[in-house]
Amino acid sequence: MAYKTRTGSLASYEKGVIELDDDLRKYAFSNVFEVAGKSAPYERVAVVQNLEYVAEVVRAEGDSPWYAAPHDEFAIVMDGEVTFRFVQLQDDQVPGHEGGAIRLGAEPNGPRMGRVTARKGHQVLLPKGAAYQLSSARPSVAIIQTVDGPETVKKWNDICVLKEA
Amino acid sequence: MTVLDAKVERLETDEATGYTAFRLGSFTFRRDEYFAHISWPKGNHIIEIDRFLRATVRDIGWGFFYGWIFFDDVFGTTNHYGTVDVFAGSYDKGCKDAGIDHLETFTAEAVSEAFTAISQDWISQGYDPLNAPLETGTPIGPKGPERTDPLLRAFIAADRMLGLPGDKPVRSDASGFPVNRAFADLDFDLPDVECEPGFEGQLHAINLFDHIARSDVTWNPSISAVTRANICCVTSEEHMLPVIHGNDRNEWFIQLSDEIHWNIADKNSGAPRGRIVMKAGDVCAMPADIRHQGFAPKRSMLMVMENGTPGLEQRYASGELKPYPVDFG
Ligand SMILES: [Fe+2]
Repeated sequence: MAYKTRTGSLASYEKGVIELDDDLRKYAFSNVFEVAGKSAPYERVAVVQNLEYVAEVVRAEGDSPWYAAPHDEFAIVMDGEVTFRFVQLQDDQVPGHEGGAIRLGAEPNGPRMGRVTARKGHQVLLPKGAAYQLSSARPSVAIIQTVDGPETVKKWNDICVLKEA
Repeated sequence: MTVLDAKVERLETDEATGYTAFRLGSFTFRRDEYFAHISWPKGNHIIEIDRFLRATVRDIGWGFFYGWIFFDDVFGTTNHYGTVDVFAGSYDKGCKDAGIDHLETFTAEAVSEAFTAISQDWISQGYDPLNAPLETGTPIGPKGPERTDPLLRAFIAADRMLGLPGDKPVRSDASGFPVNRAFADLDFDLPDVECEPGFEGQLHAINLFDHIARSDVTWNPSISAVTRANICCVTSEEHMLPVIHGNDRNEWFIQLSDEIHWNIADKNSGAPRGRIVMKAGDVCAMPADIRHQGFAPKRSMLMVMENGTPGLEQRYASGELKPYPVDFG
């Protein structure tokens, strides 16, 4: 038998259903393509929160600011194509805040490490000690596994299913 | 909590079927051609054998996972990270009301040894409970030759990220993991990694979907990336989760492909609360006060986010942390 695998995209996705005799806010049901569809480029919108940890959805479109975090982060491209550029940070440039990405004012002055171009289904290491910038020629979607930080945008009321449809 | 100093004991072997019975503490386990029979001083319980074996090998392979693993509404285990409760009826209203519920606590090692001994004896060649039903034989009938290959396999736990030098490898044709039939329609390409001179090997990316598509097991998550105590697990899911999971913390699902139907019930009583259908791109929390069981009509890709912070289970159990993850303000 031939199978048809369904993945979503910004242009085409189908949301599931949540039918519960419970407060739906406890389940924070959202959809990454819907969130990215409504987001400004490079808003880092939390869709997962496990105490201090988050997963953020990013609509990649044009060039992002430069970011850095005091720990590893990971990006998964869910739609389109995203290029990640990396610059090595000197020890005194590695951010000292508790966690999550911070935005840098400009490209850091350290050596360029290279770049990764990722498409749907690819997972990219955003290593501690490197600053990174995302670029995409057309609207794309990525999920970033990270820590709740200064760039994390919380708009749960806007993105989650609050009532049964 | 008294931790029993018990180890698995082999009891008699049934002459007709060839299967051996086992005892752990005051629980005994017997099987016939179709069913597992579990007995304890006040009660007895029957579980269809395929379901029992699918649950048993996963429970061991997961290291008893987070919180409660219900084999069905009656029988299961609770992980206390070092010790494990084995229970019958302790979270089932009927058994509680009848006063026949029973719970004993053992070292995790003792439960693991018991479940491994049972699996080894009760699983014959031609049947692998980690495979989807369409991809393996049946466990019913009398005992055949025992399997010689490992019963537990393919539980991959990356330390930092899959595929990094010195870390766990991604699956490939070369390592004996062809793309599963259910994902044969996808094209898998590799990310382009271009390092500047002097930075070779310092940038890293993988095709995660390709890795998941090559999994030969179902409902058996492996760790792909770790941010401090935040664990990103990926898994391929087909047919039904052969246990009902009651978590001791909040966990999150991100559906990467296709769809999974989840039945949701109250964790303590088992009373149904409803259902959730997750399709590709959907994100949903599984609160710490529910139990859930998944059903995947077609093999699908699921990402699970777990917070592995030690001691978290006690902070949820004490009520210090709320059983749901998001503050809506
Ligand atoms: Fe679960």
